[in-house]
Amino acid sequence: MNQVAEAPDIHQVIKETVGSPFTDKPKISTRNVDVFYDDKQAIFDVSLDIGNHEVIALIGPSGCGKSTYLRCLNRMNDTIQSCRVTGEFRLDEEDIYARGMDPVLLRARIGMVFQKPNPFPKSIYDNVAYGPKLHGLAGNRAELDEIVVSSLQKAGLYEEVKDRLNASGTGLSGGQQQRLCIARTIAVSPEVILMDEPASALDPIATATIEELIDELRQNYTIVIVTHSMQQAARVSQRTAYFHLGKLVEVGDTNQIFTNPQHQLTENYITGRFG
Amino acid sequence: MSKQMNTTEQVRRSLKKRHRQEQRFILMGKLAVLSGFLFLAFLLADITIKAWPAFQQTWIQLDVAFDPQTLGVEAAADEAALKKGNYRGVLKKSLSAIFPDVSARRDKKALLKLISSGAEYQIRDTLLAAPEMLGTTQQMWVLADDDVDSFIKEPKLRELPQDDRRIKDNQVAWLAQLSEQGRIESQWNWAFLTSGDSREPEQAGIAGALRGTMLTILVVLAMSFPLGLAAAVYLEEFAPQNRWTDLIEINVNNLAAVPSIVFGLLGLAVFISFFGVPRSAPLVGGMVLTLMTLPTIIIASRASLKSVPPSIRDAALALGASKVQTVFQHVVPLAMPGILTGTIIGMAQALGETAPLLMIGMVAFIVDIPQGITDSATVLPVQIYLWADSPERAFMAKTSAAIIVLLLFLVTMNLLAVVLRKRFERKW
Repeated sequence: MNQVAEAPDIHQVIKETVGSPFTDKPKISTRNVDVFYDDKQAIFDVSLDIGNHEVIALIGPSGCGKSTYLRCLNRMNDTIQSCRVTGEFRLDEEDIYARGMDPVLLRARIGMVFQKPNPFPKSIYDNVAYGPKLHGLAGNRAELDEIVVSSLQKAGLYEEVKDRLNASGTGLSGGQQQRLCIARTIAVSPEVILMDEPASALDPIATATIEELIDELRQNYTIVIVTHSMQQAARVSQRTAYFHLGKLVEVGDTNQIFTNPQHQLTENYITGRFG
Repeated sequence: MSKQMNTTEQVRRSLKKRHRQEQRFILMGKLAVLSGFLFLAFLLADITIKAWPAFQQTWIQLDVAFDPQTLGVEAAADEAALKKGNYRGVLKKSLSAIFPDVSARRDKKALLKLISSGAEYQIRDTLLAAPEMLGTTQQMWVLADDDVDSFIKEPKLRELPQDDRRIKDNQVAWLAQLSEQGRIESQWNWAFLTSGDSREPEQAGIAGALRGTMLTILVVLAMSFPLGLAAAVYLEEFAPQNRWTDLIEINVNNLAAVPSIVFGLLGLAVFISFFGVPRSAPLVGGMVLTLMTLPTIIIASRASLKSVPPSIRDAALALGASKVQTVFQHVVPLAMPGILTGTIIGMAQALGETAPLLMIGMVAFIVDIPQGITDSATVLPVQIYLWADSPERAFMAKTSAAIIVLLLFLVTMNLLAVVLRKRFERKW
């Protein structure tokens, strides 16, 4: 955050977002988003649309505000007392930050997977069943069983754990834990899944599994993924947004961003000159 | 090259000193631990040895003749009349039967002093329980006086000159005679565990104080655990971080350091004088100790809640759990081992507390075993304090025995804490 204050010229360099931040019939649309932590501004005037059933990758150097932006989308920043969010957020034309919007309902529609796998210290079954139980999605035990099994199947974990659904979720390997967290998220049947560097704590094999999974999930869900790995962004996403020091520098089709970036900063980043 | 050699040489030279330092420290550490253990072992051994006599009680066998004439009652007396009988006279007769040649008034008095003043009530209760004994002679064991008890238990008392002894030479001779006839016996002292306090050491028991302690601790648990948990959860999970919550935090921490007698004064002024809670009762004692225990529980619970990884909260919130659901379904269960440990530590502190209870009248001499939280009662540490203050020699052993009971109570509570911890502990 300090960097922002010390580098006023950045506001000159990034006057407005390059590329195509807006889409037709967006799932989520955000306009003129500013985020402050106390007096320090972390995100400057970001406007971005997230299309239906697309995977959009948010990339950028550390501290560029991509995770902060992501957490605005399901109002996880509400839990941080010093955080203040302004701007317009719409999920299917509904105002996310409206007074009448209950964060509980919002988070049932916009699920989230975190950087570090964080299964509950409960059984695998209970981990996945927690969300459906919470929202009363299953009428009886059989329905609940079905939700749990199908969620685990969609997350590609069922074959590995079907014999030990009552074993502790924390006893799984890192990659399995992360897939368990994804299963837990899709058990609630959200419309959008936010992923905050979901593979950064995993080894390459587990990462590959997760990436394949993301590609499959795209058919049913809209996915916003924050990642540090440009290769990962290139592999899993259709659109890519590049953040720099709290500003949205460039948005475009992933192919175009990685082959023919329009902005100098984007080019510097993806060619590895900094970041 | 030569410089490198130099470095190696220098490091090697300093190595010896560094190793010595390490060894010195390890030695000191071992000594510290050892001395701690020695002190503890010494303390426990000393208390156990001192307490042992309290668990043994000397009894004297008499041939008690429930003669209506001596008792001063009709041959077919009812219960009310039997209660008023002259049981001391019966005892005197029984003793005279064993020692027919003791005739002087003074000697007879000294003879009667060999048995406990509670013996007449003991034989009365026996008769009341079985009125058909009226007119018969029963062989009965009655309590020996505490001076006799001490004299028999402690051989070194025999070597004192007569003037320094509570048991005089003639009594020594009578005791020897009783002993020869097999009329003196040492038995396991159940009464110590089953009866209330008494001015007479041979009749004094720990049951009243033990029950008082249990009732008080229950009151403390019932009040301080929910209050402390609620306060900790609110402060840690819900309260906004501002100057007011900072102020509250500082004050809670300060409360933990307030001398306990101050809480006693507060309890006297507020609970007894203002709210009119009955004094000397476990209820008011528990309330005062709750004040004292709360800060401990709140601080421990907050630390425990704080140590639950934020990722668990994020996980639950992101699934659409409300704040309350997140806290009570995930955070509090995970923090439970720490919260319970804090609670038990707080309770153990309250268990050993004497000073605040003195202020609210729990130091009164109470014979009856309390039946409820509003009955007058005393607690173990106060009982220890009272007995330690009593002049009778036999109370010395009782004091140590009461300490052992208190320590056992504490150990039991700590074991409970360990068991609960184990049960609630989960890994993440």
